[in-house]
Amino acid sequence: MAALHIQNLKKAFGGLPAINDVSLKVEEGERRLIIGPNGAGKTTLFNLVTGDLGSDSGKIFLFDKEITKRATHRRVHLGLARTYQIITLFPQDTLEHNIALSLLGLSPQRWNAFGKQRLPKEAGSVLALVGLEHLAQRPVSEVAYGEKRRLEIAMALAQKPRVLLLDEPLAGLSREERGAVKQLIAKIPRETTVVMIEHDMDTALDMAETITVLHYGRVIVEGTRQQVVADPKTREVYLGH
Amino acid sequence: MKNAGWIVLLIILSLFPLVGGEYYINLTSQIFIFAVFAASINLLLGYGGLPTLGHAAYLGVAAYLSALCALKLGWGHFAAAPAALLGTTLMAAAFGLIALRATGLGFLMLTLALSQVLWGTALRWVAMTDGDNGLRGLARPFGLDDAKSFYYFSFVITVLAIAMMARFVSSPFGAALKGTRDQARRMSALGHDVWMVRWITFIYAGFWGGVSGLLFVYYHKYIHPVSLSLANSAEGLLAVIAGGSGTLAGPLVGAAIVMLLKNYVSAYVERWNMLLGFVFVVIVVFMPEGVVPGVRRLWRRYISRT
Repeated sequence: MAALHIQNLKKAFGGLPAINDVSLKVEEGERRLIIGPNGAGKTTLFNLVTGDLGSDSGKIFLFDKEITKRATHRRVHLGLARTYQIITLFPQDTLEHNIALSLLGLSPQRWNAFGKQRLPKEAGSVLALVGLEHLAQRPVSEVAYGEKRRLEIAMALAQKPRVLLLDEPLAGLSREERGAVKQLIAKIPRETTVVMIEHDMDTALDMAETITVLHYGRVIVEGTRQQVVADPKTREVYLGH
Repeated sequence: MKNAGWIVLLIILSLFPLVGGEYYINLTSQIFIFAVFAASINLLLGYGGLPTLGHAAYLGVAAYLSALCALKLGWGHFAAAPAALLGTTLMAAAFGLIALRATGLGFLMLTLALSQVLWGTALRWVAMTDGDNGLRGLARPFGLDDAKSFYYFSFVITVLAIAMMARFVSSPFGAALKGTRDQARRMSALGHDVWMVRWITFIYAGFWGGVSGLLFVYYHKYIHPVSLSLANSAEGLLAVIAGGSGTLAGPLVGAAIVMLLKNYVSAYVERWNMLLGFVFVVIVVFMPEGVVPGVRRLWRRYISRT
């Protein structure tokens, strides 16, 4: 069964096609890398999968369940989680509160309007998973960029997603921070299918089994690492720029 | 220790009628009523990030419904009050469906438009509302006609209302509400139903706006379309912003400022609205986050210096 199955997906912004007839099948447990130059439509594709944007046509399936028209939060309840290229956190709140909001998103407690809000027990262990437990009480605005990236990923992992979309998790990080985040991604359990966008080929190639190259909203090459690197179209897209 | 300030305030307010004159007792009752109104606006503005300019609708409709139940149907308060609150809450549910099509400025305009419809209706539907004359001949519940007993009545309801709203914002739901204020898109990506969170809050705020409306009509024994007007909504919004939106004490302080200016100062200065505007400008210039957070900030600076 495919974890994520996209059929003939299209999305245009004012006549300009951003995603032009993309079909994609990601198997359960797979590590998929999506690469492509700026403006290839990578983030738009993620936004269509999560429901942040509505598609013009085509279908999206999550574990054989069609989600094309479902609201974003409903897709999350089916096991979809994502991180953002531009860090999107709650900057005034503490790290543990950020994790708590993530855990709350899937808990029936989120409708409890009269009980006291308590920090879920898991919040600490989730932060420990990404090595941020010592910063639990700090507001997000006071921690370093690399730590915010790790918190982004931790918030997604806290939900134990079945499919995780990582949008440029390495962007803007220093070399040491890259190492830490890469290790973190490598540790994600196999029950979670990972689809990752990365702009920079070198840093991301060794993490993925299958690579999809997107260019002007179309899939131009797809295959294993060797196949994709050897394909002249990949070279054209990357070296031509 | 954290609640010490609140306990002191409660003690002072419960002893106040023993020393205060009738004029001041009535003035404080009016502050209570306005504080409940402002606090209900604060749920939307301060915790939900939804600026409403039509909240007088809930105050006014609850007041009118209660008055009409008494005058047209001859109902007692025990039937009229729940009916008025139910009607107001259902109206909030319906208005929420419309207003929450948008957020920000769009939301503001929609809430304004909806409340203006009601204001116009109250003014023009003379057969029902007696238009510009307002509805008179109303009675307070339990025969609370003297200042002191009404003071305690409104005091108890105000404490209950504020406590219920405080509970709401410190609940898991309240945490989600604040999340939708700060990062709505992120909240949906975490599985939160942002629209539903806002709608429930809208209804809850409408309910407490209705409670303030009941207290309002009980106090005045009279209701006029001006209670549904933009001016009334704006005064409530002003109180929240001046006091400090998104804080529990902010709307209470803001309500006190507006009511003191309106009632006390207007006895000496004719254009009290001008003075209110001036005070508001001063607050915004020196404490843009509102009086309560502003004073807290100054106090912290003072402590750290000594």
